[in-house]
Amino acid sequence: MAIIDAHMPILDPRAVDPRDRGGPAQPMLIARDLKKHFPVKGARGKSVQAVDGVSFDVQKGETLGIVGESGCGKSTLARLLLHLIAPDAGELVFDGDAVDVPNGIRVDALRRQVQMVFQDSYASLNPRMPIRDSVAFGPFIQGKKRPAAREIARDTLRKVGLDPELFGPRYPHELSGGQKQRVNIARALATGPRMVILDEPVSALDKSVEAQVLNLLRGLKRQFNLTYVFISHDLSVVRYISDRVLVMYLGRVVELGPADAIFDQPQHPYTRALLGSRPSMDPARRIEEPPITGDPPNPIDPPSGCRFHTRCPFAEPVCQSRDPVFGFWRGDEAHAAACHMLDPRSGHSQAPDA
Amino acid sequence: MPRPATCSIRARATAKRPMPDRRNGSARLVEVHDLAVRFVSREATVHAVNGVSFAVRAGEVLCILGESGSGKSVTLRALMRLLPRQARIEGRVRIDGEDVLAMPARRLRELRGGLVSMIFQEPMTALDPVYTVGQQIGEALRRHTGMTRAAARERALELLELVRIPSPERRLDAYPHELSGGLRQRAMIAMALSCNPRLLLADEPTTALDATVQVQVLILLRRLQRELGMGMIFVTHDLGVAAEIADTIAVMYAGRIVESGPVAAVLGAPAHPYTQGLLASTVHGQPRDRDIDAIPGSPPDMRRLPRGCSFAPRCAQRLPACHIDVPEQRVPQPGRMAACLRVYAPTPSCGC
Repeated sequence: MAIIDAHMPILDPRAVDPRDRGGPAQPMLIARDLKKHFPVKGARGKSVQAVDGVSFDVQKGETLGIVGESGCGKSTLARLLLHLIAPDAGELVFDGDAVDVPNGIRVDALRRQVQMVFQDSYASLNPRMPIRDSVAFGPFIQGKKRPAAREIARDTLRKVGLDPELFGPRYPHELSGGQKQRVNIARALATGPRMVILDEPVSALDKSVEAQVLNLLRGLKRQFNLTYVFISHDLSVVRYISDRVLVMYLGRVVELGPADAIFDQPQHPYTRALLGSRPSMDPARRIEEPPITGDPPNPIDPPSGCRFHTRCPFAEPVCQSRDPVFGFWRGDEAHAAACHMLDPRSGHSQAPDA
Repeated sequence: MPRPATCSIRARATAKRPMPDRRNGSARLVEVHDLAVRFVSREATVHAVNGVSFAVRAGEVLCILGESGSGKSVTLRALMRLLPRQARIEGRVRIDGEDVLAMPARRLRELRGGLVSMIFQEPMTALDPVYTVGQQIGEALRRHTGMTRAAARERALELLELVRIPSPERRLDAYPHELSGGLRQRAMIAMALSCNPRLLLADEPTTALDATVQVQVLILLRRLQRELGMGMIFVTHDLGVAAEIADTIAVMYAGRIVESGPVAAVLGAPAHPYTQGLLASTVHGQPRDRDIDAIPGSPPDMRRLPRGCSFAPRCAQRLPACHIDVPEQRVPQPGRMAACLRVYAPTPSCGC
């Protein structure tokens, strides 16, 4: 399908965006020690530790994939990055400017440059608004006159592969799942963002439609020089779309590195278990033994020390008593993990000699 | 293809129930012939299933693979007549020799949960939140076998051990909300197995689970199916899951089976363009710098199916003839079937 309009020039990746303040070496987004705990009703003092000290950066023009099971805090993290919910602690730096602090970048200014696409394509559209109005709403609210906002909506709908004359007047319930997700992508792009946070954007779609939307996202990224944070539980999709991958478990980062390194030489036992749980697609090579047993624990009362120790086949007393250090252990400056087995000073029997 | 005379439920309801045919019972546990399901309302008629035929032998796992709206779940539910009132079911469904569509309500109640049982996608909605797991398993046992309360509890405990729930005594008195997703799904499997069914119907039972839990439940189901010698029909949209569990596979599109055969043969060398497209568009290790070969367009509106092959509007290999008649079923190799004019077959005939 011709998704990219032939008349649209592909932006030169070296061309500098006038909004760029920090230069090419400055990460688009830096998150430092982000925390968000949700208090639990009826249980005094207890809280869901959804995101518990997460740090990473997103380089300009890259796609950072975030993977993890349900309850690992990946969706909470996505919302923290846009300040849709305010973090309890920690710091966000967008292109060199700290977010929501004096002399930093204000939240409304952040949202002009960062947009989001949600998983549930129907619930995230207003059912009483024709989709062209939904798409035009962002530019309008950010100061464009109505006719100009409508023109942007028409243009953006065309770019996501929807004919604005045919689909513009329709309501969300008249569209298929894939079409609705295209509308959501158009709405995110209508304000001209530099970065888009995609929270499970293809998880609710059928495989044949998922492929179309992934191709569309790839094309749009090239065309508009975008930076993506792509959240998914589907490891194959994350490998395909991401430059770097961050693996989360119960509110913490367990591993971060280039996509191929994570998939070909995973360092953390949880990452290995996740990869080993993927169906092989080959009936002759079925999985005979599950890599790990049990369910992820409840994030209200997460295990002490390394949060994975309750399911880890290599767990030793040190894993229960001490938090592992998140570091670059194997001489690779891009690939980091948090596991006592990698840390020479941890005292774990499998750890390398110092 | 000429359609055989339809046998609606009402017309057959009064007919004498045929004796179960046990002679070739192990040969064919399930026989479905030309099954059609329509949902009729004032506004429109939805043609959810349009002439589906298949057979499952005892101890065999059939995977029905399809995208949303392909009619895979409706087909599964039709086997137990678990469909709303406005559904019109036609065709023939025989389970263990008995005609399910002609069955009186009383016999149907014995069948459901007895000879045939079913597990669902979302265990939280399939289990009753106000009864403990032990009570729910016990209820099925007492209803079907007339066991005492104590004996049913004993057997429920055995079942929880069978599905490998840790500390089963404690879990017997747990309410569904007190269990994790994986344990809930195991409890539902235990309930389904309580009366030793010969056929287990599974409607995407691992779709709502996390990756590390999904593989545990798949391995469990495969083991139980083999040990208990059950037939199983497993509905999924996930090719990877089908490759893990199926013996044979039937690919559905717009209410019809477009391709079927042994799982390794179909996934290894798909014959129908839809199966080929589905395999190509599933992300599994494609190079990052190239687009995925997606199938263009979207599935047809089931209220207004196109004439001829339903996949033709999206098919890159379509011929003018594809738009005229529904393609006949061809047999490229013994045991395989593909409904496509592009498939070469020595003798075009139905493989079922």
